[in-house]
Amino acid sequence: MKHLLAVDDLGSDGVTELMTLTDRFVEVGERSIPKVPALRGRTVATVFFESSTRTRLSFEAAAKRLSADTMSFSAAGSSLSKGESVRDTVETLGAMGVDLMVVRHGSAGVPWQVAQWVDASVVNGGDGWHEHPTQGLLDAYTLLQARFERAGDHPSLAGERIGLVGDIKHSRVARSDVAAFTALGAEVTLVAPPTLLPPSTTAWPVEVAHDLDEVLPKLDVVALLRIQQERMREALLPSMREYTLRYGLTAERLRRLDEHVIVMHPGPVNRGVELDAEVMDHPGTVITRQVTNGVAVRMAVLFLLLGSGITDA
Amino acid sequence: MPDVLVIRGGEVVDPNGRHRADVVVEGDTVVAVGPAEPPAGARVLDAGGCIVSPGLVDLHAHLRQPGREEAETVESGSRGAALGGFTAVCAMPNTTPAIDSASVVRDVIELGRTALCEVRPAGAITMDRAGDRLAPMAEMAALGVTWFTDDGDGVQDNGLMRRALEYARPLGVTLAQHCEDAALAGGGAMHEGEWSARLGLSGQPREAEEVMVMRDLALCRMVGGRVHFQHLSTAGSVELVRRARAEGLPVSCEVTAHHLTLTDATCAGYDPVFKVNPPLRTDDDVAAVRCGLADGTIDAIATDHAPHAPESKELPFDEAPPGMLGLETALAVLLTELDLPIERLLEAMSWRPARLGGFDRHGGAVEPGAPANLCVIDPAATWVVDGAAMASRSRNTPYQGRRLTGRVRHTVFEGEPVVVDAEACR
Repeated sequence: MKHLLAVDDLGSDGVTELMTLTDRFVEVGERSIPKVPALRGRTVATVFFESSTRTRLSFEAAAKRLSADTMSFSAAGSSLSKGESVRDTVETLGAMGVDLMVVRHGSAGVPWQVAQWVDASVVNGGDGWHEHPTQGLLDAYTLLQARFERAGDHPSLAGERIGLVGDIKHSRVARSDVAAFTALGAEVTLVAPPTLLPPSTTAWPVEVAHDLDEVLPKLDVVALLRIQQERMREALLPSMREYTLRYGLTAERLRRLDEHVIVMHPGPVNRGVELDAEVMDHPGTVITRQVTNGVAVRMAVLFLLLGSGITDA
Repeated sequence: MPDVLVIRGGEVVDPNGRHRADVVVEGDTVVAVGPAEPPAGARVLDAGGCIVSPGLVDLHAHLRQPGREEAETVESGSRGAALGGFTAVCAMPNTTPAIDSASVVRDVIELGRTALCEVRPAGAITMDRAGDRLAPMAEMAALGVTWFTDDGDGVQDNGLMRRALEYARPLGVTLAQHCEDAALAGGGAMHEGEWSARLGLSGQPREAEEVMVMRDLALCRMVGGRVHFQHLSTAGSVELVRRARAEGLPVSCEVTAHHLTLTDATCAGYDPVFKVNPPLRTDDDVAAVRCGLADGTIDAIATDHAPHAPESKELPFDEAPPGMLGLETALAVLLTELDLPIERLLEAMSWRPARLGGFDRHGGAVEPGAPANLCVIDPAATWVVDGAAMASRSRNTPYQGRRLTGRVRHTVFEGEPVVVDAEACR
């Protein structure tokens, strides 16, 4: 396997294998010196045409813990503002001898294009509304971990009822979450107003609902998505207030949840919109843990693509 | 004595039927059709195993000149047209500046004088195609413009479209509409449906096209005037036109070769070469436009030839400009992919569009006295599409690498063999 552009690239066995591999890197992260020499001499570049803090830092931390050298490109202040194309930019980086590029772009599909232009491996760091595969994988890993702690189970999400709540249509996290969760056997329900759902979900292995209060009692996991201001301008929502009223995990809704129900959010959180501050104190909330696991999952992905010993199927 | 040209050994297919015949051309005129012994000194073009047809007529091509000469020029576009069997093309007015005045019309006509086919500019309906004020249609019509369109955009304002139809009616010209309701289309990068949902790309629903077809039918019913629908792409649009036809409204329509042969699934690799407006639709829509073509609801096949320089087709999918090449491949793709009698195919690519667009020197019967605008098609020739080898200045063909069966062997434009043995002569 050369690139990770979408969760489905891994196949369902591949997702399980990556989860197992992640266990090893979680263990590395717990050491007093959390670093291994696996990718010494390799160069990983984060190539971000769209601003991001946490994803970039997480990939850089992962690369460094594997002893890879890192380079960083961001669109702000770069030659892109002078009109250099994506192709010229990535070919220039490729010419510097990069082994792997983590590509983020505001337009869907750019990592596919980049993979055709450069010799390096490409990891999709988020493309438009399309996919953010490492987020999907780290979300899945976080759920597996929580389930293991609760039940000591085999690494699977079989029977787990997950509600994905919010702006599904414009969410790359949602697409990757659906792929990763269902690959591990979970049952996913998308919960959103029709304006924030994709135009067609017939090909998706999911249920669809519009009323959070009706779905909430049936869920084992509430996965919240970020909502953006521009959805109001596009007349997809009347107001943030109305969104919170219908789809926010408010303190009142939280009181109706069993304490074992897991609550997740990919961040950054709009407090008071997608969730109330009280959610942070809920025993099942794993938002911080998602961040921690993010580094381990990304180590596993980098190792899978660049490390020795694992070849194409 | 004028040059004599003999197209020998082919089968003539024209509006009157099909029959074996040699075609003798003197100067720019067909002088004899039937068994002929070539006179001494005559040039002979071999048409053995071939169809000899009136030249093809494209009601819809973007030749990009003036303004985007890096993508195409009238000359390079006309060379591609000739290679594809076309002897006449209607050049769309979304140039820079737009063809919205007599002076730009004259410029394009002038550029066309040395072209390898007849190039007739279409005029814009509104100034700068901005949809605010009417362009001087009468003045452009006086220069020979028969076709008016804001192609690239539909005329959004209902009131303005009504006025345009009223104003155009006595001029005897046709208003050709790019049917796309801008608000409903929402700038979508592809067809809205399963694929757009999966790929995370913004989509345009079919209804963005269909509501404008409905509106123009209503306006046509209200004020009259000739309306032509460009590049229809949905099952619903075809059905609307079918009913309007039955009602007797003076409307016509075209479909492109790509909407007859490609679907939105081609966008799965995010290659902007497959981005086009209207977007590639689903299998059901492809079946419906094929059906509309077979039953005669669809008058014409157009190319919507839309060259874009390579760098612009390397932009991210949602930022790349829409459009694909068509002139050099349209006939061959349809010969390969459609199960349609060749008479019906040629009717839709030659005589019917010629009549609709008022191309009097094209698409008529191949008979003595007719203008010598002809194409010779070898239905058995196979070839592989290669954008880099095309006459176009651009390479954005969606059929790259496709093996096709059927090819234009020769094209004769006003008596001049401009394409011989699938090579352009100049």
